Amino acid sequence: MGLEQKAGNMGIVTTSLEKAVNWSRTNAMWPMLFGLACCAIEMMAAQAADYDMSRFGMELMRASPRQSDLMIVAGRVSRKMAPVVRKLYDQMPAPKWVIAMGDCASCGGIFNNYAILQGVDEIIPVDVYVAGCPPRPEGLIHGVLTLHEKVRKEKIKDWA
Amino acid sequence: MTDIREVSVDELRHLVSDRAMSGETMLLNMGPQHPSTHGVLRLLLELDGEVVVNVIPDIGFLHTGVEKTAESKNYQQAEVMTDRLDYLNPMGNNLTYCLAVEKLTELDVPPRAQAIRVILAELQRISSHLLWLGTSALDLGAMSMFLYCMRERELVLNIFELVSGQRMMTTFIRPGGLWRDVPVEFETTVRDFLKAMPRRIQEYDDLLEKNEIFLDRTKGIGILTKEDCFQYGLSGPVIRGSGVAHDLRKKQPYSGYDLYDFDIPTHPEGDVYARYRVRVEEMTQSLRIIEQGLNKLPYGPVRSNNRKYVPPPRSEIGVSMEALIHHFKLWTEGFTPPTGHVYAATESPRGELGVYMESDGTAKPYRVHLVTPTFANLQAVPVMSRKHYIADLIGIVGSIDIVLGDADR
Repeated sequence: MGLEQKAGNMGIVTTSLEKAVNWSRTNAMWPMLFGLACCAIEMMAAQAADYDMSRFGMELMRASPRQSDLMIVAGRVSRKMAPVVRKLYDQMPAPKWVIAMGDCASCGGIFNNYAILQGVDEIIPVDVYVAGCPPRPEGLIHGVLTLHEKVRKEKIKDWA
Repeated sequence: MTDIREVSVDELRHLVSDRAMSGETMLLNMGPQHPSTHGVLRLLLELDGEVVVNVIPDIGFLHTGVEKTAESKNYQQAEVMTDRLDYLNPMGNNLTYCLAVEKLTELDVPPRAQAIRVILAELQRISSHLLWLGTSALDLGAMSMFLYCMRERELVLNIFELVSGQRMMTTFIRPGGLWRDVPVEFETTVRDFLKAMPRRIQEYDDLLEKNEIFLDRTKGIGILTKEDCFQYGLSGPVIRGSGVAHDLRKKQPYSGYDLYDFDIPTHPEGDVYARYRVRVEEMTQSLRIIEQGLNKLPYGPVRSNNRKYVPPPRSEIGVSMEALIHHFKLWTEGFTPPTGHVYAATESPRGELGVYMESDGTAKPYRVHLVTPTFANLQAVPVMSRKHYIADLIGIVGSIDIVLGDADR
């Protein structure tokens, strides 16, 4: 017996600021156009006709880190590439999220050697890990939806 | 942990001309994160206004250490890493690696396995060229090409998934044959693909051949002469686009390629457009090879019967003591080829892909060296792009079909 019932008749929906902001963040999350290795090909497949990630508000891959919210680390990160990845992450405006796509980005995968970083979480914080070598496009989409769930649960007091 | 630091321009200073150092020309960094470098290539550009004076490629951003790691794996295990080298050509990489191992151990491959290998390698070539066509056209502004090409690429990946359970990194081709026989639906699925493809290739032609912008941005751009091709040791569609009819499938037939009837498309112009034409025509030739392979696909085993190198079929393990011993030995210790060194090369979608392998008689290779086409072809970028506008550089870099996993290994 409150505002909702009266306002509902007038076509007004009430919600909390927290929910509204989280909802808009999940549905317009722009990933960075940034591929490293094999997983980047599956990331492209997820963007293309058959899998079509734009269903989740992600059709716009931004080539500039300054315009993106989500970094999908798609592939193995070599020691030469690591500082570049870190720099790209630092250039992204907050709030920002990271998905480690594939085994190499998550934990080094099959390449346990001098050249490959054993997981991109050595240099940047990771929100969601997607397993697979490479993960199927469905796997990546599942990872993205898992991230959406995480973002939806974010609390107003945690916003920086 | 080893020290991680960034490569600065200073380290490339010895490659930069005095004109750039004095500020007469401009130095511009392109990559390693750039949508048109098809991966993590870094190009240091020296520009005079908008005109490219010099290009200095800086590679190694995807150095994976495959060659070194292979020395600590046995022969079967090292193959898994070859998939991930040139990640648009996993079947071809497996094939090259297996050819080297088979040469070393003098293994014979049954005819059915040979034919299936050829079919899969050609399917892989089509999928690689499709991805190239999609992304390169996208770079030049033909957005819809990307969606169409990826659509057809899914058809090929579905076939790979059918035979091996994996879309990309299959490791389906093994030393001595294949992992297993193809399922019964294989033939009909591939035939459906063969039926669909010619019309789709026609569709790409319709989209690009009448596209003024695409033609303007490819014709006469990035010219590479025959002499340059020989001097830089280039291979693949890059040299066939300069009129050199060199293809290892014809010149050094492997896996029974000499039994197939196909042409090598060449174009004499040597520009970006010629390289595009070569690749599109190669797809048609690959379809021809696949059709012939399917028509004469023999029946029989798909693995060599040499139990010292090839594991016995699962069904034998329960009934034969020898088979059990061989299975156990092969999967714990691996096999020990005789000492010696071999070189095996195949025609990958990008050019000559070679594996040099040295054995010291133990279960692990003493040295594996990978001769990769992108590494050689990348040298041609400065030659092709000098005196062109910086916007044309995008088309030129795209036209050599770089895969950085292939160049950096």
